[in-house]
Amino acid sequence: MTATVTAMFHRSALRTPGSAAWRFRRSGLGMMAAVIIALFVLAALFAPALTPYADQGRGTPDLLNRLQGPSWDHWLGTDDVGRDIVARLLFGARTALLIAFGVVIVAVVIGVIIGAVAGYFGGWIDEVLMRITDVFLAFPPLLLAVVVAASLGPSTRNTVIAITVSWWPWYARQIRAQVLSLRTRPFIKAARAMGVPDYQIIGRHIVPNAMTPVWVQATADLGAVILTAAGLSFVGLGTRPPGADWGLMIEEGRSYVLGGQWWIAGSAGVAVTVLALAFNLVGDVIHEVTDLKADNR
Amino acid sequence: MPYLLRRLITSLLVVLGVITITFAVARIVPSDPASLYAGPRARPAQVEQVRADLNLDAPITTQYTSYLGDLAQGDLGISFASKRPIFDDIVDLFPATLELALLATLVSMLLGIPLGVIAASRRNRPRDGGLRLFAMASVSVPVFWAALLLQLFLASRLGWLPLSGRTSPDVLFDETTGFFLIDSALSGSIGNVWDVVRHLILPVTVMAAYPTGLTLRLIRGSMIDVLNEPYIEAARLAGIAERTVLYRLALKNALAPALTILGLTFAYSISSAFLVEVVFNWPGIGSYLTNAIVRLDFPVITAAALVVTVVYVMVNLLLDLVHAKIDPRVVLS
Repeated sequence: MTATVTAMFHRSALRTPGSAAWRFRRSGLGMMAAVIIALFVLAALFAPALTPYADQGRGTPDLLNRLQGPSWDHWLGTDDVGRDIVARLLFGARTALLIAFGVVIVAVVIGVIIGAVAGYFGGWIDEVLMRITDVFLAFPPLLLAVVVAASLGPSTRNTVIAITVSWWPWYARQIRAQVLSLRTRPFIKAARAMGVPDYQIIGRHIVPNAMTPVWVQATADLGAVILTAAGLSFVGLGTRPPGADWGLMIEEGRSYVLGGQWWIAGSAGVAVTVLALAFNLVGDVIHEVTDLKADNR
Repeated sequence: MPYLLRRLITSLLVVLGVITITFAVARIVPSDPASLYAGPRARPAQVEQVRADLNLDAPITTQYTSYLGDLAQGDLGISFASKRPIFDDIVDLFPATLELALLATLVSMLLGIPLGVIAASRRNRPRDGGLRLFAMASVSVPVFWAALLLQLFLASRLGWLPLSGRTSPDVLFDETTGFFLIDSALSGSIGNVWDVVRHLILPVTVMAAYPTGLTLRLIRGSMIDVLNEPYIEAARLAGIAERTVLYRLALKNALAPALTILGLTFAYSISSAFLVEVVFNWPGIGSYLTNAIVRLDFPVITAAALVVTVVYVMVNLLLDLVHAKIDPRVVLS
């Protein structure tokens, strides 16, 4: 992402008509979504400064104010142990973004290593690595993450590990396909003829040239990771109380929804949906402006 | 090698790989598998009992072969919560989940395909934009939350649909197949069928949302490609009605990628069943798994995930064979 996205948002790129960044900026929906994401990131970064109830956001209960409806003091009400919902949402944004970026970055690193090695060396190495990748892809989404999370025990860190385990194969495949098409290009052949060692060819010449579609895909995946993480914590395999997590808030608020206290689960669900939608929209628009075909996932 | 045989062998290898991963996650990753398997409230003696039963002190290779041997005999272990063989539990519960997943897949195809065609034919016009936003929204809403919302408004507040379960308590019929749509029809009472349908509406709607968005986007994309082909231009110039061009001539070729996504659609339905069933108190594999997680019933978690994955691999195999039947080019590649 660093290379492409910084390049994309670089000033001169923004002003170059026809460039991907220029086209992105002209897409109203894409820009709106990017602004929403920026707001969420800011909210997560400055969460303690944005609410008078920072310690409640971190998990301290306030049992005298349980299940209050929205009011001037608590804009979105309080939860079942009296914590301010706005504060919980702000701190929950930290968890959500941490998981989303953590998973995507680690999964891309693993996927790039495996995919590049498989594609570059080919032969039996490729065969073995890709069959292993196929096995990981054989699990329905979520199920592998569930088993790994159950085995490691629920926590935010283990959520990242669990989702990463089920996520890297997609990038491995994508990188491999890129490497296969790059491998026969003249500049790689030249490097090989000059006796540049394999690891340097892969690291310096192939991977940097193969990354663009991977980062585009990774950006588009952030929303899906957020939904997966929310699902895991909803069933009790993610962040544990008193940690702040949107999926967990929906689970905690679930038993109160039918009783009329909709604001706990309601507001957390809106937060997940809006952030996931924003990431999905940005991903979709980037796909379109970079002329990469939308994936089939 | 014939395509069928080649495909069967790769599927078998994948199943073996899936078993191996599950084994590794269950037995090698945890620091003390015995205490995981024995559950959170086990006394030390019970943990030792589990250790002996599962042979956890044996070398890992011995454990692996005996694990494979047990699976080959359909022995998935015993749930320490229900004290029943997990295999029996899963056999009892699977039809309930399969009924939901198949219906959700069906609904998402019936909605996603025509909507995708409409979006492609109105490319970059308001209707396309609206549909695209709809597709985006449907893949962005957490399914379990959508389930809670629909339950709150359509069932609890408005009372149009039942809150939860597969049937009303007073509706009884023989559960011959486990698929209640079929069973209630066999009972010959329209009232029974209607009751079952009313219970299906909410969970199926929620589960169909994600795959509908996925299908819509995919069909839109492949239709746009196909609509640029010369033969479509020729058909239009020949004065063939636009409806025929879209749904007869173009869709036929745009459907091939949709067939490959059918497997994925089914996978998403199964995955979301796992989050949705618990909301609607639906007695299927999803609730079974979720309840197992709550009770930390570890043997059930791994076994249920394994069975669902193997079913998914078989569904994919079946779809590939169908695909090969329809499109002979697949066999040659």
